[in-house]
Amino acid sequence: MALFQSGIIGFYLIAAFAISFLLFFNRNNRINYLLTILFMALQCGFTWHEYNHMNTIELVYFTPDSLAVLFLFVLSIVSIPAFYHSYVYCHSKQENPRHRGIYFSAMVLLLTALSAAYLSNHIAITWIFVEITTLSASALIYHRRNNRSLEGTWKYIFVCSISITLVFIGILFLSVAVQQSGGTDLFYSQLYRKAAGMNVFWLKLAFLFIFTGFTSKAGLVPMYTAGIDAKDKAPSPAGALFGSVLMNVGFIGIFRFYQIISPTSIFPWANKIILITGFLSVFVATVYMLRVKNLKRMFAYSSVEHMGLIMVGLAVGGIGRYAAILHLVLHSLAKPVFFFQMGQVYRIYKSKSIYDIGDYFKYNLSGAMVFLFAFFVVTAMPPSGMFVSEFLIFRSLFESGHILLLVIILLLLTMIIWAFGKNIFKILFIKPINFSEENLEIINPVESLSQFILLAMVIYLGLNPPKEFVNMINDIISNLPK
Amino acid sequence: MTNILLITFAISLIFLAVSNRLSSYITILAFQGILLFGIAFIELIEINWVNLVFVLLETIVFKTIAIPYLLNYVVRKNSITRDTEPYLPDFVSIVLITTIILGSFLLSNTIHDPNVRKIFLVVALSALFTGLYIIVTRRKIITHVMGFLVIENGVFVLSIAVGSEMPMLVNVGILLDIFASVFLLGIFANKIGDVMKEQDVEQLSNLKD
Repeated sequence: MALFQSGIIGFYLIAAFAISFLLFFNRNNRINYLLTILFMALQCGFTWHEYNHMNTIELVYFTPDSLAVLFLFVLSIVSIPAFYHSYVYCHSKQENPRHRGIYFSAMVLLLTALSAAYLSNHIAITWIFVEITTLSASALIYHRRNNRSLEGTWKYIFVCSISITLVFIGILFLSVAVQQSGGTDLFYSQLYRKAAGMNVFWLKLAFLFIFTGFTSKAGLVPMYTAGIDAKDKAPSPAGALFGSVLMNVGFIGIFRFYQIISPTSIFPWANKIILITGFLSVFVATVYMLRVKNLKRMFAYSSVEHMGLIMVGLAVGGIGRYAAILHLVLHSLAKPVFFFQMGQVYRIYKSKSIYDIGDYFKYNLSGAMVFLFAFFVVTAMPPSGMFVSEFLIFRSLFESGHILLLVIILLLLTMIIWAFGKNIFKILFIKPINFSEENLEIINPVESLSQFILLAMVIYLGLNPPKEFVNMINDIISNLPK
Repeated sequence: MTNILLITFAISLIFLAVSNRLSSYITILAFQGILLFGIAFIELIEINWVNLVFVLLETIVFKTIAIPYLLNYVVRKNSITRDTEPYLPDFVSIVLITTIILGSFLLSNTIHDPNVRKIFLVVALSALFTGLYIIVTRRKIITHVMGFLVIENGVFVLSIAVGSEMPMLVNVGILLDIFASVFLLGIFANKIGDVMKEQDVEQLSNLKD
């Protein structure tokens, strides 16, 4: 039985890689459907299995702890509409079967690598799977095969490769610290136990490198640029994944290391670094939100803002940590809504510029409703669940005495809401320039259904979180000092 | 012996700063591959032979033969001009690279740690920053890739310095190498060559706000 238990994740990885491999070579439409449905069933079944076997070590290197399982649930929930909208996308473009095969193969590979990276309990294994996400994500960004997507792909690969190298250097420094404290390997649990005895100098270096490296995935200040281009150039269902579950993997990389250093003397120092990064992310996001004219890039910058807030919440501690995790989960459910809807917008207007888009209520009523609701949800207005989490982050800032920081962040957020609202209401109500209504594509309202469901989940999870959900978040942050 | 190899490696970095031809960059990268082979061979001889063979294969087959070959192929196929086109004159480059090496030397001297030998740290850090410097100051896309490969070589030296106790880390580093070299380089440098006439980074500046 024990062998069977630990075999599940092996079975999942092999099956998922096999599905990805078959999708890559398959040209038949129907088999393509079948394989992706198979993968979705596999993914959901696997998530459920991991949920029922929390904290059992599987295949030596994987442990489904609360953080991993929570993110696995989010991933499974977001991946289903992502596949659905990918089909809509491919169908509307009359996609070449070979390109379609590569697209779905890369998407399955991305989701598998993400799941494995969430579950990994060893820092090097996390690193390897994060590297695979770069590979598969770049295949998705390159999907349109034109000049600009090439540029986006190139920048993404280059920045991610450099940052993954930084993470590796960080792991090397960490290994120096581990050897000195008498440890022999790099399992998170062992690192956590040994951390107090480690050399502070190496630990600081390791933290700086690992943190900087993972910011490219998490979408935080030094390395956020690559993610913006990626979300802009990738097909919108893939952009939805980049804007949610792929950012979570960056967060998990940072958070696991953050947990390791929490019992050490450098913890306050690390908190300061994280706080500064978080604040700068919000600031940079504000600057770009005010001037950006490309809708998809605007949504991408909004993600930078939310990740910044999450980091601020994490760093100030107290109730902020709980709020940070809650906000992360809600953000990963809310952000894909925009990208899924953006696919429909693009089919009507053939453009992403806010100048070309307008009067959306007239052309796609259900889609316009999605934008309107999603705007309220993402800018954290009640009854959005993100209101609760943002409110708690602000409360933690207040309680920890960062009044000045709180005031500045609130001002920046006001500017973001203004910029966001200006653009959203422009595309909803104001007539577009030079738009001809010939060959107008009628969008089926069914396509907006997934977005309504996601938004409803954000509201529900914020206002009435299930007990199990709250327990999981509390378990995630239970290791951190008070 | 290791010291001689490492110092030669550092000298090759200075040589990178002043050479103006893509072909000499490729030769230096191949040469660095041989140096890394020597260092790895001497340092890792005690660990188990599977790991050793893996590391040696990587340095000789990938760093010395496959990557330079691939780079040459990309340069020839896309008929990239032979000049590296730096933004800064060579004199400034050599001063800066020397400063980088001096700086890493001073930085490493502040560390008192019996587990890490300083000369490895000096060379690794210099390679790291030289690679970054090359990426920042050269105009061609292909030289960016070469700068990245120099960073990779630096990381390799670092992983040998601290990783002799942890062979798994060395292997993971190799995985990074294979990924970066095969994928980053091969496919995309070629694709960019197919799409764009001039292989300058200025061509890649459409995505902005």
